[in-house]
Amino acid sequence: MIDLGQHWEFIAATYAGSVLVIGALIGWTWSASRRARTRVARLEAARKARKA
Amino acid sequence: MAQTSPNTHPGWFTRIAHPGMFMGWTRHVVLPLAIATALAFAAGLYVVFFASPPDYQMGDTVRMMYVHVPTAWLSQFCYAVMFSSAIGTLVWRHPMADVSQKAAAPLGAAFTALALFTGAMWGRPTWGTFWEWDGRMTSTLVLLFIYLGIIALWRAFDDQLKAARIVSVVTLVGAVNIPIIKFSVDWWQTLHQPASVFRTDGPTVDFSILTPLLVMTLAFSLLFLTLHLVRMRTEVTRRRIRSLELAQARAAGGAP
Repeated sequence: MIDLGQHWEFIAATYAGSVLVIGALIGWTWSASRRARTRVARLEAARKARKA
Repeated sequence: MAQTSPNTHPGWFTRIAHPGMFMGWTRHVVLPLAIATALAFAAGLYVVFFASPPDYQMGDTVRMMYVHVPTAWLSQFCYAVMFSSAIGTLVWRHPMADVSQKAAAPLGAAFTALALFTGAMWGRPTWGTFWEWDGRMTSTLVLLFIYLGIIALWRAFDDQLKAARIVSVVTLVGAVNIPIIKFSVDWWQTLHQPASVFRTDGPTVDFSILTPLLVMTLAFSLLFLTLHLVRMRTEVTRRRIRSLELAQARAAGGAP
């Protein structure tokens, strides 16, 4: 790893904060997508069962 | 007389506008985009930390620019996407335009918050302060409030089509803030430096610093594109859920 100089704590905070926010954004997007897909699959199955 | 066959291959506008077709073609795009995003970030972070020199004035603090500039660019680009979508909603009533608007707002808020945070972190060692009420920083903070207001508006309405029209008007009005952000550094005396990359006479940044900046900007832009597509797919699915739930309630005799 390179030496980040005398202001390393600001650089570290910048990247740590960015990783945190982007990680949360990806996690939220993925979990919302998965929840929606699971729910729609359940509803589609129920509709098919009603029609059968 | 020429006749149109029902099996005619649909045009690009139909493929974008029709929610079912949109779900079909985006299914094949999301994974390659996610892989491209990961590769771009890997390359970008390598160049940022191992292959780029310290700036001759700012030293190593220049490495914060590689996150700050892309997030600041996306904070405005995301608004441009919402602005175009708002026109699509109001003028053409494009079925996917309000989906795009709704999906973009939280991303815009997150990237604006990140731009403010990374700017504050960069400002302390270079200017001696985390925050100054100057034109660029204040107008970017206003942009964050606009994004948060738009998100709140979406959540305030059960009828999403009605919400889309109101949000579109607010988005168009709020767009006045974008040129203020862009030109604030030229119009007023500010701590923030003027544009050094997106200039009509070309970038004034050295190539060794411009390269990691462009790679990181590409990585962040790909990330936005991937997340936006996935969020749009989720919104289309949610609308399908709503109509299925209504049909289920109707079948059970619980709804008119």
